[in-house]
Amino acid sequence: MALQSLDIQRRSATTTPPPGVRQTPKVAKLIDISKCIGCKACQAACMEWNDLRDDVGTTAGVYDNPRDLNENTWTLMRYAEVEPEKGTLEWLIRKDGCMHCADPGCLKACPAPGAVIQYSNGIVDFHEENCIGCGYCVTGCPFNIPRLSPKDSKVYKCTLCSDRVMAGLEPACVKTCPTGAILFGTKADMLHHAAGRVLDLKSRGFARAGIYDPPGVGGTHVMYVLQHADRPELYCGLPAEPSISPMVSLWKGAAKPLASLAFGMVAAGAFFHYVTKGPNEVSEETGKEGKK
Amino acid sequence: MASLATTFGRGAMTNHWVDIKNADIVVVMGGNAAEAHPCGFKWVTEAKAHNNAKLIVIDPRFTRSAAVADYYAPLRSGSDIAFLGGLINYLLTHDKIQHEYVKKFTDATFLVSDGYRFENGLFSGYDKDKRSYDKTSWGYQKGGDGFVLTDDTLQNPRCVFNLLKQHYARYTVDMVVRVTGTPKEQFLKVCEMIASTSAPDKTATFLYALGWTQHSTGTQMIRTTAMVQLLLGNIGMAGGGINALRGHSNIQGLTDLGLLSNLLPGYLTLAGDKEQDFKAFLDKRASKPLRPGQMSYWQNYPAFHVSLMKSWYGDAATLDNNWCYEWLPKLDKVYDVLQVFEMMHQGKLNGYFAQGFNPLASFPDKAKIGAALAKLKYLVVIDPLATETSEFWKNFGEFNDVDPSVVQTEVFRLPSGCFAEEDGSLVSSSRVLQWHYKGADAPAEARGDAEIIAGLFIKLREMYRKEGGAFPDPILNLSWPYMIPASPSPDELAREYNGKALADVTDPKDPAKVLAKAGEQLAGFAQLRNDGSTACGCWIFSGAWTQAGNMMARRDNSDPSGLGNTPNWAFAWPANRRIIYNRASCDPAGKPWDPKRTVISWDSKSQKWQGMDVPDMRPDAAPEQNVGPFIMNPEGVARLFGVDKLAEGPFPEHYEPFETPLDTNPLHPGVVSNPAARVFKGDLAALGTSKDFPYIGTTYRLTEHFHFWTKHAKINAILQPEQFVEIDEELAGKKGIKSGDKVKVSSKRGHIKAVAVVTKRLKALDVDGRRVHTVGIPIHWGFKGVAKNGYIANTLTPFVGDANTQTPEFKSFLVTIEKV
Amino acid sequence: MKKDPEKLSRFTAAERANHWLSALTFILLALSGLAFFHPAFYPLNQLFGGGVWTRILHPFIGLMMAISFCVMFFRFRKLNTITQTDREWLGHVREMVDGDDRNMPEAGKFNGGQKVLFWLLVACMALLLLSGIVVWRAYFSFMFPVSVIRLASVVHAAGAAGMILLIIGHIYMAIWTRESMGAMLYGQVRRVWARQHHPAWFRQMTGGDK
Repeated sequence: MALQSLDIQRRSATTTPPPGVRQTPKVAKLIDISKCIGCKACQAACMEWNDLRDDVGTTAGVYDNPRDLNENTWTLMRYAEVEPEKGTLEWLIRKDGCMHCADPGCLKACPAPGAVIQYSNGIVDFHEENCIGCGYCVTGCPFNIPRLSPKDSKVYKCTLCSDRVMAGLEPACVKTCPTGAILFGTKADMLHHAAGRVLDLKSRGFARAGIYDPPGVGGTHVMYVLQHADRPELYCGLPAEPSISPMVSLWKGAAKPLASLAFGMVAAGAFFHYVTKGPNEVSEETGKEGKK
Repeated sequence: MASLATTFGRGAMTNHWVDIKNADIVVVMGGNAAEAHPCGFKWVTEAKAHNNAKLIVIDPRFTRSAAVADYYAPLRSGSDIAFLGGLINYLLTHDKIQHEYVKKFTDATFLVSDGYRFENGLFSGYDKDKRSYDKTSWGYQKGGDGFVLTDDTLQNPRCVFNLLKQHYARYTVDMVVRVTGTPKEQFLKVCEMIASTSAPDKTATFLYALGWTQHSTGTQMIRTTAMVQLLLGNIGMAGGGINALRGHSNIQGLTDLGLLSNLLPGYLTLAGDKEQDFKAFLDKRASKPLRPGQMSYWQNYPAFHVSLMKSWYGDAATLDNNWCYEWLPKLDKVYDVLQVFEMMHQGKLNGYFAQGFNPLASFPDKAKIGAALAKLKYLVVIDPLATETSEFWKNFGEFNDVDPSVVQTEVFRLPSGCFAEEDGSLVSSSRVLQWHYKGADAPAEARGDAEIIAGLFIKLREMYRKEGGAFPDPILNLSWPYMIPASPSPDELAREYNGKALADVTDPKDPAKVLAKAGEQLAGFAQLRNDGSTACGCWIFSGAWTQAGNMMARRDNSDPSGLGNTPNWAFAWPANRRIIYNRASCDPAGKPWDPKRTVISWDSKSQKWQGMDVPDMRPDAAPEQNVGPFIMNPEGVARLFGVDKLAEGPFPEHYEPFETPLDTNPLHPGVVSNPAARVFKGDLAALGTSKDFPYIGTTYRLTEHFHFWTKHAKINAILQPEQFVEIDEELAGKKGIKSGDKVKVSSKRGHIKAVAVVTKRLKALDVDGRRVHTVGIPIHWGFKGVAKNGYIANTLTPFVGDANTQTPEFKSFLVTIEKV
Repeated sequence: MKKDPEKLSRFTAAERANHWLSALTFILLALSGLAFFHPAFYPLNQLFGGGVWTRILHPFIGLMMAISFCVMFFRFRKLNTITQTDREWLGHVREMVDGDDRNMPEAGKFNGGQKVLFWLLVACMALLLLSGIVVWRAYFSFMFPVSVIRLASVVHAAGAAGMILLIIGHIYMAIWTRESMGAMLYGQVRRVWARQHHPAWFRQMTGGDK
């Protein structure tokens, strides 16, 4: 979702500072799973605001529909029937979608300048007109979020409604959530609110309730309140300690300058070898011998 | 609605949506508020977040509501009265009732006729052949003054309180567990939590919906809860009440406006065949107080009825012709939808109008409905969508396997607009009439419903005028004062139901004082008169469009009390009261039971009831006058003993669903199912037994869809595309079914095929020594729309209904299941 | 082309065509691949019609190179068997770099350095092909778990960097060693050139002529 902006904090495949003169506070979306009833209104709102329509699919014996995130489905309710302790059933329903990492793996992996943007408010946005369809961001994401469209070979994901947020509105899913399970505001406010929710949950017997704001990716601008913060994997495999894969860090970190340097060094070395040692010509001796 | 009217006097949600946030305990039972009312459910989350409320969910399934509950307890579908009766027994035996409330605000002290008995599952007066009761013994003992005898000491064995105790003493914990399948400790935990609100400063609210109404004992299930709430002193209180969550937008408006075959607008009733005398008709309804000093507000019935007749027939309605009483139809029996389709099935109906109604999908035993429609000469479908009903004659393969060549019914489809394509008001569950404005024009040839009906009416009137007919008067004389007769506007209709003065209306205490001049809109139903000087289309809506304008369009959401009352937001009937029976929020002396949630209180200085809400009480009725808070009841108090109001008895009793997995009733094996429920001849043969159909089938809704409408909408179809049924893991294992498999679910009446969802959210229950499984059957699919085509779930359901409302028993029947 | 009696035939026309096809595809791959590797090289995508076309073309060119390289591998693999002499040659490589070839053991058609280069290139090519398939989003990536794709991405980048470095070296050697280029362009070398740089091969070709 591209819009002219002056509040860009980071831009993919760009080594010089992006236009970032405009300062905005860090924002965050807080998803309180303990309040979520899994009604999918957020999914509907996402489809409506962004004008996305997936195909009508099939039922696979679960409530999750569509079956997975895709280019038309930027947010998806995932339903887990779990028994954290013997005999206690909980239906944990998690709204899946982009976590808007402070240290985004997609942006790090992206080779196309300006295809992934991080605004100073923390939103990580894809500018699809710059996207070349390589899928590196898919490789870079620790949460398995971006989806490459088979139709246009562009990747798509939740924009945190950057277009709405820029105009001072909350994201569409937040606007529609009937139970107030999805909130939006400054990250500081959201953390403060979440802390209150955690206290409430603890008073209701969830001793391990907590906030999901994983430090491995620098914190996220989409956070969860979890009843079982010690076991995020209960929530349809939410990663316990997500971070950008060391492979990706190596590939898009150290390798880039080191290899580039090596190319230069070798080329320069060759050149100076030539000018210092001269060419390896057929020696006159051999030439004479040859003439004999 | 019948149950609440029987108990409290009015058939409506006692409190309102926002008020749920004031509760200490929220009980969701007989409904799945999170699933079916996700927007209203926000007030439950508010109660939890800001009032430290606890949410209890009691349901056969671990629902979306249960997903956010503090406590969940399972029970077998159809066993709710056993559960709630056990709760009443718990409250009485553990002395967890609000004594003063029960004594002063209910009929606990009233003495019951000596003839009243309950033995072996039957109340006194049962006629086995007629399947109905002679209710004469279900009354009170009366004194010479005509008033009911009472015993304030509660010692008399015939007082309601002792009869109540006696009746529910049979509902022991063991019996409850045996009938419901709820594990003992879970039942006791729920009792304990709910009982905590017997303290005057604690309230519980009950939220229910079709999970109670759609049983053959549905009305009595709701009544049992109403009784629980009375014992706890939770009626009239902010954060209390028993709250019927209505399924359709404006379905509350439907009953309010009397769109049921035995009603007139505003819960006025049609006369029966025997009621040929107008005065006797009015006298029966204008009930006199049964205790001294009570308001018995229905005494004003003549004013409401005459004003309605003036609204309908204008100058043609006069004192001399009994305000056109002869023109009103007199009922020989109730023509509810089951009755109508039974008659249609017998070939006794020529034509049928289905306006905003899809009976082929919505009514039980689809095969019977389809066969009935095929016997019509013509069918008119008025709907924004191409419904299954409108194409009942067409072959849709396995989903609707009919032979069109043998169906002779002529079908007319009149495309109508939907609610967003016209101005108008919607009545929410909270009894709030809220005005809305047209968002877009209806597409293509579609017209508003009022325009369609007006067009038909004008044509019919013309034919009657030209050709005459058997009984033209009610048609030819119908008042039709609209500016464009072919298209009455919503504003005109709204002003009509509010009512206006036809002559100057004066203050009865001071005839010189004119309250409303002739031609002016009335300020409320207190201004209605029985002398023909006022006209009002629906008395309870009076006050919605006054001389000051459209009260329903008000949008002031200020909430001075902080209790979410917003008196200037839209308009609530009656008289803009938000919490009805709110006099009961104060003790007999007029002081609030809980000062933190003061709704109203007696102000001794001004000698008036005052507060954040419109008092549900004569404003100057001082507490010493002992005017009871349930002003619609001639008793002045709420009824624990339902007298003769309901078909199957004054106290709710547990009867098994008509298709029961137990083959018996553990409470009284001789009387298994509702003895007073109407069962048509052919339908008895279509009932299955647990031998062939061992599992409970229960139908329900999913939050992704709205009935059979949203399968026409792409987004909803994407979110829940294909028909499925839910079964527990144990049953799945036994039948070799895995999630995602295609299964066939059959009842005695037919079968459906769907995808299996094997889930932990359903669990087998141990009931009366048997292992009982439930098959969950969401209803939303059919053979029209953009979702994947599917079977009509009501292919499976039985054609029996509640004994009072005839609401079909969709929630509990017998099925079997196999892998396809 | 007329045969010059003064010259020795070093590469056949087929060998030369095979080499240059590999070379050309390699250059295209290096340029397009670098465009994705570091922002500094991103403008190179303009040579291919922009970023998207570069992304589309790169793997297909890669396939071409892999095939061409494979043929070349079978053509030259025997000639590149490393012998004792080659090991000795490699032991003296520092002198060679200094431009002093007097003490170099006699090289055959390919000297030790060329053989090592050959095998390193083969290794890089194999890694690039395998990892390239894994990261080819359009057709293959969906078959692999993300962890394998991540590993393949690193392997592909490393293999490419290695190959580029090797080829820079290869090209420089061709420039540095005068007249080498002619061998691959025209197929022939002067006898004296052969005698100086590949004495063993020279003897083999001339039947021991000094």
